[in-house]
Amino acid sequence: MTAPSHPPETAPRQAWMGLLARATPARLAGLFPDLPAHDFLRAPEVGAVMVRGRIGGVGQPFNLGEMTLTRCSLRLAGGVAGGVVGHAHVQGRDKAHATRAAVIDALMQTGAADGLRVAVLAPLAADETARRAARAAKAAATRVEFFTLVRGEDQ
Amino acid sequence: MYVAVKGGERAIDNAHAWQAEERRGDPAVAELALAQIREQLALAVNRVMAEGSLYDPDLAALAIKQARGDLIEAIFLIRAYRTTLPRLGASRPVATAQMAVIRRISATFKDLPGGQVLGPTFDYTHRLLDFKLAAEGAPVPVAATAPASLADVPHVMAFLNRDGLIEAEPAGDASPPDLTREPMELPASRALRLQAITRGDEGFILALAYSTQRGYGRTHAFVGELRIGCVAVELDIPELGFPVEIGEVELSECETVNQFTGSKTEPPQFTRGYGLVFGQSERKAISMSLVDRSLRWKELGEDCTGAPAQDEEFVLMHADNIQATGFLEHIKLPHYVDFQSELELVRKLRAEVLAAQEAAQ
Repeated sequence: MTAPSHPPETAPRQAWMGLLARATPARLAGLFPDLPAHDFLRAPEVGAVMVRGRIGGVGQPFNLGEMTLTRCSLRLAGGVAGGVVGHAHVQGRDKAHATRAAVIDALMQTGAADGLRVAVLAPLAADETARRAARAAKAAATRVEFFTLVRGEDQ
Repeated sequence: MYVAVKGGERAIDNAHAWQAEERRGDPAVAELALAQIREQLALAVNRVMAEGSLYDPDLAALAIKQARGDLIEAIFLIRAYRTTLPRLGASRPVATAQMAVIRRISATFKDLPGGQVLGPTFDYTHRLLDFKLAAEGAPVPVAATAPASLADVPHVMAFLNRDGLIEAEPAGDASPPDLTREPMELPASRALRLQAITRGDEGFILALAYSTQRGYGRTHAFVGELRIGCVAVELDIPELGFPVEIGEVELSECETVNQFTGSKTEPPQFTRGYGLVFGQSERKAISMSLVDRSLRWKELGEDCTGAPAQDEEFVLMHADNIQATGFLEHIKLPHYVDFQSELELVRKLRAEVLAAQEAAQ
């Protein structure tokens, strides 16, 4: 629907940032409990984003209402990854969620990426796929199968 | 004469303490957890999010608990809270054509790509009280499943649009007006009207929509499509230079197809009404699309019959239940001085009338 206004090389980062944002805070904390040293560039901040829709689903934008959002920017401290910056914008008001997502965003730009892909991103993606598939399967079971009764004039 | 009075602090404190005790109810009954409200009273949570105009199920659950289930009071709490939040941006318009639908029905086409999907619905129930729910500890219900496709479900309107039978929806990306940022000005654009209606009181919007069905500004609506499901919310991040998904919201969307015999400016074709609401709120979404269509009489060159649902000022200035309850409920607060002046005026008028009557005898 929306035309990509960004180079394709950002797609992997967009994918992991979205995955981290959609994860439940508890699940993310379970997969990645210990945070490496970091310094905040922007401490976790709770705010609101105005969610927009389109008139008729396809037309001019209009303001639908707000949603809560927590954002955070930080820089990894020390070690080989020191200095790498990570960002997070996550739905809700959980500052620990935003911090953890920003740390993982930074680490995903370092040599730790492959390990994190296996240990964190893959399980999150699997959870999400399973959750979506479960809802789609329940919806599919409520799909109406019409059948035509024998009509009077056919007899 | 203005008399400043003070007092009532102790009475107010004690009233609030009693309210807290009443909120808890009988201590022998287990306290309600927010997660229980969020999970088991989800449609109340949805209404509070829609009319509170803030999507956050945990906050809405808290508001419902604090308000003792008074949903307008809960909406008030959410509206007050949202004013404390810094605005961190506006999302890209959500793509409802890519909604992960759990419900999708059309009253205009029986057979359509993607099919008629009922989803979790009260439709076709007999509205008989289910006393089995009165007993706790029943086994957890399990929904049936069937093989599913995760492909996007196309909008029904797109099919009609192909034949030119329905009015085209002008596309664009202009930044829409925001009634939470600047006072609403009339006449309002359709974008502004939709914002006001989607956060408006469900009962009021329902009543207006019903009035159009009964003949007060008739618009002959069919539900072309009603869909409910989750959509991704994307936000452009300036420091990154690209958009990221920040989460998902569940929405109810309704598109109506309306009879239209043509006017001075438009050929005979179907016209559209649109409703989009936070959460599973299909009554509100359908109502919204009827009221939206009704308010479009001027741009479509229709006659105004003076019906309330055609009167933009009447609709938009009375749809907000927090504004309404604020003004309504303020009259219960002390008006001793105002009333004193009324009392004096009535006494004076009575004295004059009585004196005139006596003089006439």
